[in-house]
Amino acid sequence: MSAANLNLRLLLRLAILAVVAVFLQVAAIAQLRILGATADLSPLVVMAVGLLCGTLPAASMGFAIGIMVDVALLQTMGLTSLVLLIAGWWVGRLRELRDPQSPLAPLAIGAAVAAISTIGYGVGQFLLGVESPLSWLLVGQTLSTIILDGLLAVPVLALVRRWLAPVLPDDPRRRRRRAYTTGGLSPLQKA
Amino acid sequence: MYDRKTVRRRRAVLGLLVACSLILLTASFGEGTGGALHAVQRGVANVLSPVESVATGALKPFRDLFGWVGDTFSAKKDNKALRSEVRELRAQNADLQDAAADGRALRKLFDLDGDIGIDGASQVTARVVFQSATVWYSTIKIDKGTADGVRDDQAVVDGDGLVGSVVDVGSNWAKVQLITDAQSGVTARVAGTGGANLITGTVSVGSPGNPKDLLLGFLVPRLARSIAVGDVVETSGIASSRFSSKFPRGIPIGRVSKVNENEIDTSQQVHVTPFASLRNLDYVQVITAPQA
Repeated sequence: MSAANLNLRLLLRLAILAVVAVFLQVAAIAQLRILGATADLSPLVVMAVGLLCGTLPAASMGFAIGIMVDVALLQTMGLTSLVLLIAGWWVGRLRELRDPQSPLAPLAIGAAVAAISTIGYGVGQFLLGVESPLSWLLVGQTLSTIILDGLLAVPVLALVRRWLAPVLPDDPRRRRRRAYTTGGLSPLQKA
Repeated sequence: MYDRKTVRRRRAVLGLLVACSLILLTASFGEGTGGALHAVQRGVANVLSPVESVATGALKPFRDLFGWVGDTFSAKKDNKALRSEVRELRAQNADLQDAAADGRALRKLFDLDGDIGIDGASQVTARVVFQSATVWYSTIKIDKGTADGVRDDQAVVDGDGLVGSVVDVGSNWAKVQLITDAQSGVTARVAGTGGANLITGTVSVGSPGNPKDLLLGFLVPRLARSIAVGDVVETSGIASSRFSSKFPRGIPIGRVSKVNENEIDTSQQVHVTPFASLRNLDYVQVITAPQA
């Protein structure tokens, strides 16, 4: 399969993923309260794309999902997309610089992305003119959402990986690691 | 790992996306509800509304399941509080029966049968299809619009009391600003006061993110000492210098939950718990036209 064809298929899958994620978020997940908190799927999908595809796809995905959320919920346009593209960019950079491989990494990154999204949106709201004082309940709900999103990050990443795996380009670093873990000889053993 | 050209290109794309977001934000925040971006949002909402309505209906069992799990945790506490409230209400009911008889006689006497009130108003029942995905409890979207007689600024209630007002409307949907939104303000009065004892004010959000805390502020008279916990607050139908009145008089808003003398002295405000359950709205009614 040519690189251009692969990129096109990846783009198509990312677009479908964005639409499905926004639809699920606004039609179902936003209305489900789990122990007083509401999960936010959008930053988790952006996180998963960032961990699997890198900086640029994640930032673009964050921008696109943000626009769709703002349009669907009749919110001030641009705020959610700004917050999510920053979150996507951060996860993409994290993947490129650190490439976290721990099984617990998605949990921590998911919580961090949810924190960026929730707190960023809140700061944006205050900058746009919400004059009321910060309440403890708001802080509590923000924390609940961050914890819930952290827990959901692992299954969301697994689902997104499953969806994107057939069209993901090979990562040379991963191929190298696989050679060691699947029985291949290390340079020392070869010597 | 990446050459300089790739890095520059990525930074350029990021800069472009950030600039696009900021331009959209500025344009969307600055323009009125009739602006181009709002028109796009309304157009998309018109197209998506039937799909959303079907999806919301189909997913209701799942929402109910999660709601049931959550409700179970608080059911015991609610049960105790409700039993106590029932006892109080039984006692109040006897007093109110007498008061109602007096009221009927007085209304007949002063020919006030045609007064604006929620009982006599035309109402449209609507299903809530979207709730704001954030923790701010600011807006909801309903599945009725101009085709059903819904217009901007109409009051929205649920079975318990005032929910908010219509701020944007399409042919088959409407956006409702909740009374817990930071921009919302409702002119109100303390029920049971009148004449020289009339206490009025403006109900606004108490703590952002807390759907059970409103403030009755800008009290008139400024030192309203007679106000007490348990007093019912209702719409006054009076326009104030801060907010135009969108609501017919007499729609119950909530009950005074906390009165702090220092707060009255310094801020002329008391706390109110809304009657409407703003956290779990399934159906609401839009008061489309008061009966003449």
